[in-house]
Amino acid sequence: MSVQDVRFDGAVNWPSNALSEVPFRVYTDPQQYALEQERIFKGETWSYLCLAGEIPNPGDWVATTIGEVAIIVARDEAGAINAFVNRCAHRGNLLCLRNRGHNREITCIYHGWSYDLAGRLTGVAFEKGVKREGGMAPEFHKDEHHLQRLRIEELCGLVFGTFSDDVADLQSYLGPVVVGGLKRVLEDRPVHIIGRSTQILPNNWKLYAENVKDTYHASILHSFLTTFRINRLSMPGSINISEDGGHHFSQAKLDYAAEDADYKAAQLRSDTDLKLEDNSVVESVDEFGDQVSVQILTVFPNMVLQQVRNTIAVRVIRPRGVDKTELDWVHLGFDSDDASMRERRLRQGNLIGAAGYISMEDGCVGGFVQRALQYNDDGDGVVMMGGHEAQSQTFRASEAAIRGFWKKYRAVTGA
Amino acid sequence: MRDDKVRLGINELIAAYVDCIDDDRFEEWPDFFVDDCRYLITDRESHEAGLQHGIIYCASRGMLVDRVTTLRRVLMFEAHRYRHLVGPTRIVALDGKTAETRSNVFVARIMHDGGMGLFVTGRYLDRIDVSCEPYRFIERLVVLDSQKIDTLLVIPL
Repeated sequence: MSVQDVRFDGAVNWPSNALSEVPFRVYTDPQQYALEQERIFKGETWSYLCLAGEIPNPGDWVATTIGEVAIIVARDEAGAINAFVNRCAHRGNLLCLRNRGHNREITCIYHGWSYDLAGRLTGVAFEKGVKREGGMAPEFHKDEHHLQRLRIEELCGLVFGTFSDDVADLQSYLGPVVVGGLKRVLEDRPVHIIGRSTQILPNNWKLYAENVKDTYHASILHSFLTTFRINRLSMPGSINISEDGGHHFSQAKLDYAAEDADYKAAQLRSDTDLKLEDNSVVESVDEFGDQVSVQILTVFPNMVLQQVRNTIAVRVIRPRGVDKTELDWVHLGFDSDDASMRERRLRQGNLIGAAGYISMEDGCVGGFVQRALQYNDDGDGVVMMGGHEAQSQTFRASEAAIRGFWKKYRAVTGA
Repeated sequence: MRDDKVRLGINELIAAYVDCIDDDRFEEWPDFFVDDCRYLITDRESHEAGLQHGIIYCASRGMLVDRVTTLRRVLMFEAHRYRHLVGPTRIVALDGKTAETRSNVFVARIMHDGGMGLFVTGRYLDRIDVSCEPYRFIERLVVLDSQKIDTLLVIPL
C-alpha cells in the first residue's frame, strides 16, 4: 500500500451487508465514536440509568451518564422519577458534583440558578437586578429554560432513560424474549446493593459489549471455568436474541446434584489435578429452580444483567473515549436473602468484577485487541461461528448474539 | 506506651507481608494469616456504608491459597509486579491476644514492559493475633480510596 492509498478521512467502510464481518476501524475511529454518541446514546435507544431503590425517597437523586452525557435522576415530591441533563440552562455548568445526594431543589453553584426535582427552572439569582439596576432582559421567561428532560421507564426496579421522543416504549424496545429473561431474575424480588466497583477497561466500549454476548470465548479465555469443571460449552444452554438483534440473554444449565458429587469425588482423588482448597467460591444453590447456573442478559447499548450462579449484578458500560471504557459493577442481593445466602453471594463474588476469576481477563483482553489495532485497523474481523444470522440458538458455540449487536448497531447508526 | 516488643512484632509482620508480595513469593502469602481468617479488598465508600462485599473476599486460608494457585496456573493476564509503600502503623487497640492496627499504603504497578504508575492507595485495617509468634493476621481489610480499578486486580494487595 502506498501512502496515497491510505484513507485519511477516517470513515468506517462496511465491507458488506453481512453481519458476520466487522471493520476493525469501528473500534479506533474518533469520528465513528462521535457518531455513536449522537445516534446511539442520544438516539433511539433506552439506556440503563440506576435502580429505583437507589432513590427511594422524594429529594433523592443520583448523577449518572448516558454515553458521555452527564445525567441526573431524581425522585420528586410526588414520588415520580425524573431524569434530565446535568447541565445548567444558563451557562452550561455541571449542576450535581457528587454521585448521589438528597436535596429539595438543585442549585447551580456558579450563578445560583435553581431547579425543582423535575428539572424546571424555579429561581434565577438577581432576576430583577440589584437596586433596580441590571436584571434579566424583559423577554426572558423562566419556563423557556428548563433542563432538557429525558423519557423515563421503570422495569423490575431498573430505571431506563432515553433522549428520543420516537423510540418505542421500553418493553416493546426489548421485546418479549428479553423481558422474560429480565423478569426471571428480578420480578417481584426487591433488590438492594451489596457492593459496587468500577473496572477501567483500556479499550473501545464495543469490544466489551461484544464480549458479554460472546459465548464462544467463555470456556477458552476463562480457563478457571474448565480447570475446575464449572462451565463448558457442552453443557445444555441457549442463546436468546431479540427480533432487532440488540438485546439478548444466554443461559447455561447445570446439574447441581451431579456437580456436588463431582466435587466430593475430586476431593478424594489423589491425582495432581488442580483443585480448589475452598469450594465455597462456587458452591451454589438452584435459586430459580430451573437449573440455569449462568444467565448473561444484555440491553443495547449499555447494560448487562448477570446471574452467575448466585451472584447477581448489573454491569453498566460507559464509553470514555475511543479507547477507554468504564465498567460499573453493581452487585445485588435480594431483600429476602437469609444469612447463608448473603454469605454465599459474598463468597461467589470472587468470580466476578475486576478481580473475578471468570471476569478479570475480560478487563485486559479488550485492551490487547485495542493495542493490536493501533494504526493497524484496516481489514475486517469475522464473526461466523454458528452461521451468518442473528437468531436465537439452542447451542452456545455461536457468535449469533454478537451479530445481533451489529444488526442493531447498523440499524441505529444508519450504516 | 504500648509494649515495644509487640510493636516491633507487628511492624515485622506488616513489612514481611509486603516483601513477600513484592518479591513474587506468593506461595508464602497465606502463611501470614491464621486458618480462620478474613481478607477483604473493599473501598472507602463501601466500607463506610457498611457493605460487606469485597472485590476479593476471602473467608478462609484455603481461599487465599486458591487465589495463589489461580494466579500462578490458571488466570490469563500480562505480567506485572507491585511495589508497596506502607506508612507507619498505628496500634489502635491491644490486649494480650489481639492487636488492631491501621497503616496507610500506596502500591505502584510495574508492567513487564517497564510501564509503571500508581495503582492504588488506601489503608490496611488489621486485626493481628499477637498471642504467639510469628504474629498472624486474623483479619486484613484493604480499604482502597477509590472504587476504580485499572484493568484488573490479580496479585493480592
